[in-house]
Amino acid sequence: MTEQVDGAGGAQNRTSVERRGDRELVVTRTFDAPASTVYRAWSQPELFQRWWVPKSVPGISLVSCDMDVRTGGKYRLEFSAGGSDTMAFYGRYLEVVPNERIIWTNDEGEEGAVTTVTFEDQGGRTLLTFHEVYPSKEALEEELQGSAVALPEQLEQLDELLSSTGE
Amino acid sequence: MVQYLHPPLDLSFAALSDATRRGIIDQLGRGDASITSLADKFQMTLTGMKKHVQVLERAGLVVTQKVGRVRTCKLGKRGLKAEAEWIETHRKLFEARFETLDEIINEMKQEGSGD
Repeated sequence: MTEQVDGAGGAQNRTSVERRGDRELVVTRTFDAPASTVYRAWSQPELFQRWWVPKSVPGISLVSCDMDVRTGGKYRLEFSAGGSDTMAFYGRYLEVVPNERIIWTNDEGEEGAVTTVTFEDQGGRTLLTFHEVYPSKEALEEELQGSAVALPEQLEQLDELLSSTGE
Repeated sequence: MVQYLHPPLDLSFAALSDATRRGIIDQLGRGDASITSLADKFQMTLTGMKKHVQVLERAGLVVTQKVGRVRTCKLGKRGLKAEAEWIETHRKLFEARFETLDEIINEMKQEGSGD
């Protein structure tokens, strides 16, 4: 279950995901670039939308992506799963410190999480931490149950894709 | 978080939209149980519990088996290891995202924009 995946450039950078306590999801990953570069790829909409929805997830696309990444700014992402239905995700940036961290709300649901992403410069490489805190244990359980049912089928093809990267 | 809704999944979402039903899944994650003992645990009538279990059964989250006069419930394939699956699902999703992000970062570095 812990297959090593070669990142671009052959770097052995593993994505780690864990549930912490009752209400938190934490994802970490190291990138071979300074924090300022990784931050730009996250905070500029034209770059962000190229990677946030994996190309490999069948039939899902981002139809619009508005991000005003500054403290007090708003964002709105609209996804389409084919057909005419779109699903919107939106919220506000609570705190933005360029090259260091972005904190935003997830307002599309009843009990949205607050998400923090931090960029930690480590001598030319960057440790990225994506940290989602749910308002209650129940809110996280709901997310857990919902996506455990919904996502695996969508992502099965990713397995093949990821195990075949790096030739 | 991105979730994709498809008609076959609606049953599951409906099944899990109720706190008691999520509690039942949770309970069955700790071990199989009869309808009677579940009704006791959640302080409801046998009829009420049967209805909840039926909804979960239709969504494939629970399977039941009647032996003699006792109907035992256990997690169906889908209800199993929800947590492990959830972690794994997120890992795959982020891994895929970050693969592409690596490519973009490499482009940026080659453009000499990595300072």
